[in-house]
Amino acid sequence: MNSLTNSIARRCTSPRFRGVPGALARPALAWSGRARTPGTPWIVTLALIFLVLTSHQAFAQTGGELRFCLHSEPKTFDPALVDDDASVSIRYLTGGVLIRSNRRTQELQPELAESWNVAKDGKQITFNLRRGITFSDGSPFSADDVAFTMQRLMDPVLHSSTGDAFRSGAGTVSTKIIAPDQVAVIFPSAVAGVEQLFDQVAIMSAHSPKKEAAVLGPFMVAEYKPGSSVLLRRNPNYWKKDAQGRRLPYLDSIRLDIQPNRDVEMLRFRRGELDLINSIDTDYFDRLATSSPQLVHDAGPSLDSEFMWFNQVGSAPIPEYKRAWFRSANFRRAISRAINRNDLSRVVFNNHAQPAVGPVSPANKIWFNSNLNADPYRPDAALQLLQADGFHQQNGALLDKSGNAVEFSIVTNAGNKARERMAVMVQEDLGKIGIKVNVVTLDFPSLIERISQKFNYEAAMLGFRNVDLDPNSQMTIWMSSAENHAWNPHQKSPATAWEAEIDHLMQAQASTADPKKRKASFDRVQEIVAEQEPIIYLVNQNALSAVSKAVEGANPVILHPQTFWNAELLTLNATTRASR
Amino acid sequence: MSAARKLACVVVLAVCAVSLAANWLAPAGYAKQFREVPNAPPSHQHLLGTDEIGRDRFARLLYGTRISLLLAPAAAFVSTVLAALVGGLAGYIGGTSLRLARGFTDLFLSLPWLFLLITVRAVLPLNVSPLVSVLITFLILGLLGWAASARVLSTSADALRNSDFVLQARASGSHGPRLFLIHVLPNLKPVLYAQFWISIPVFILSEANLGILGLGVAEPLPSWGSLLRELEGMISFRDEPWRLVPLVLLIIVMTSFQMLLSNEETA
Repeated sequence: MNSLTNSIARRCTSPRFRGVPGALARPALAWSGRARTPGTPWIVTLALIFLVLTSHQAFAQTGGELRFCLHSEPKTFDPALVDDDASVSIRYLTGGVLIRSNRRTQELQPELAESWNVAKDGKQITFNLRRGITFSDGSPFSADDVAFTMQRLMDPVLHSSTGDAFRSGAGTVSTKIIAPDQVAVIFPSAVAGVEQLFDQVAIMSAHSPKKEAAVLGPFMVAEYKPGSSVLLRRNPNYWKKDAQGRRLPYLDSIRLDIQPNRDVEMLRFRRGELDLINSIDTDYFDRLATSSPQLVHDAGPSLDSEFMWFNQVGSAPIPEYKRAWFRSANFRRAISRAINRNDLSRVVFNNHAQPAVGPVSPANKIWFNSNLNADPYRPDAALQLLQADGFHQQNGALLDKSGNAVEFSIVTNAGNKARERMAVMVQEDLGKIGIKVNVVTLDFPSLIERISQKFNYEAAMLGFRNVDLDPNSQMTIWMSSAENHAWNPHQKSPATAWEAEIDHLMQAQASTADPKKRKASFDRVQEIVAEQEPIIYLVNQNALSAVSKAVEGANPVILHPQTFWNAELLTLNATTRASR
Repeated sequence: MSAARKLACVVVLAVCAVSLAANWLAPAGYAKQFREVPNAPPSHQHLLGTDEIGRDRFARLLYGTRISLLLAPAAAFVSTVLAALVGGLAGYIGGTSLRLARGFTDLFLSLPWLFLLITVRAVLPLNVSPLVSVLITFLILGLLGWAASARVLSTSADALRNSDFVLQARASGSHGPRLFLIHVLPNLKPVLYAQFWISIPVFILSEANLGILGLGVAEPLPSWGSLLRELEGMISFRDEPWRLVPLVLLIIVMTSFQMLLSNEETA
């Protein structure tokens, strides 16, 4: 920082810059009362530094076309039907929402709603809307549009996954228009963290003939070439302005090329044909970092996690003695302690990952239980735990109390290099305590069939890509009756006391609007998971992205969409603007 | 023996000898992970550097060569014998047998092998040792890789059946297995050899692709296929040229095999 400050200070005293900030210099000197050196107004220098460091908006140039890739074809442009990554990105760029979860601070901020109020019983949320806003086609925005959007989302015929998040219990979700700029949404029972859910709700026009093509976000869909690209143009009626009163967004357009091949995306980025790569893997990141370190960004641990678990399904076609191992908390804890997570982070992810603690990444500032730590690498402690269950070593091999050699297979999806490498490293780590592991890579559909239908596996290694901060998004994992309760899904009643406690706690957090009670319940869930280790969390990958030098104002974060969460504030440098 | 053939012989024998001496030349073994030095460049400790998780590339190359050099030709032999039986005999007999064999071969070639292999993997047990996985992989390759060769052989055998010297042999009273073994089969040898040698690199690369379906050689055992898979996504060869050594070795060995074959044919 000092060197940067000095560098800027030197520039400001150079003849080229000396006369430029005169207008700013006078009030600044007046405020300070004295100048240190005649002709070198240090207050001006500080003011300039402040401006340069904090406000690229002050110098932001408008125009130009930003280019980056979608990795699949968008399935829909209807915000109510969005279910895939590509469509989510387009909805983010085009949709106007009542409340936005700030991707950097993780706090909620008002957007189309100036303010909101959640009823104490958690069954109603009332929005006070901004006035004078119009959709991209010029039709006015009012409470009617909010009511229309909610009715459409909750339409059972539509099967909207965005709408499903609001279904808290039996009964219907209704809306009440209190005034043209005030509307209430009423739920049959309390919806925990209801404000957060509105981050995904792009408001649609109730009256516009253009239907979902009329948007309130910074951009609008101008052209779609299936299999090739989606062109977004700036919304001329977007309501936000910058500090200087200029209408946002700064960019004229965004071109989203549909390109599933990551190698091609990387090559095009290196050639300067693309400006952003939202999420890149470690290998690409390091390769790019070697040649152009200023282009890559490691935003720290993301919400994504890599983990493994043992099959505890009662009907699974595995030997009974193995099922007994897998159902033993001591066995699972021992395996966890015998795995060197630091090595996984360092070797497989080249330090672009952190040892995982549990179901919530430390990156989740709100919900992570900070009293927990990742299991340390302690093979000696692992052996002690195993001995407590009657395991013993003989000629370097680990045997259970009946004399069966401890051997199991770990299945993972073929083609995921990082996961394959992790599995081989786990194989060696467990080999050190006498456990023989066979690594089996399967194509993804076969793997899913084995772990979710036939249950014909022993241990599995997979990853979880979490895009939601709220614990409600993990209901389908932790409820014992849930489909994604990986180690033993679809239980009619909880198989163990600790699973029953997790069920109770998850239901408790989901049925109250009190943030403190919710946090306490979910903290306890994380503690139980750490004690029982039904899922052995390995690492949280860092959020890695790449931003071209042509882009100004980018500030990559861990939450989706990592690089273009502030798209309305992004600008392109003069050379790039001129070339597009 | 020509100089080229001698050189090819020396190369093949040297590669075989070095791979068989892997235990002495690379005592660290193919599975040991030197986690402090992943992706290391060549050094005294690691002649070809280390891979992404710190395993010695030189050791993995030697052990992988041993596996691939032993099993890919074995698989090629199985597939060539099957091709000779189906294609060669059908071509020699001709008529309905030839049409039936060609129809069967075409049907076999048109099957969606990707999905069938996935099904094959689904019925195999998960807990198999890496060594067993190697045998399964190459046996599958051998059993499934005969059809294209059989198509070629049937055409060649059909042409031979109608050739003047076979007609002359028939006129001289030669027929049945004697005619096939003495007059037809020796003339099919160049095609058989060509199919055999062509199959080897194809099977080595197929093994690498099968790894994606979970049918390849299981970790931590190396094979040329798994070593070649490491080249996936490599953009600049100038930065780490030593990673190309498995590919160069594959080319050298295959060229040597071809030189041996061409000399055999011309001899």
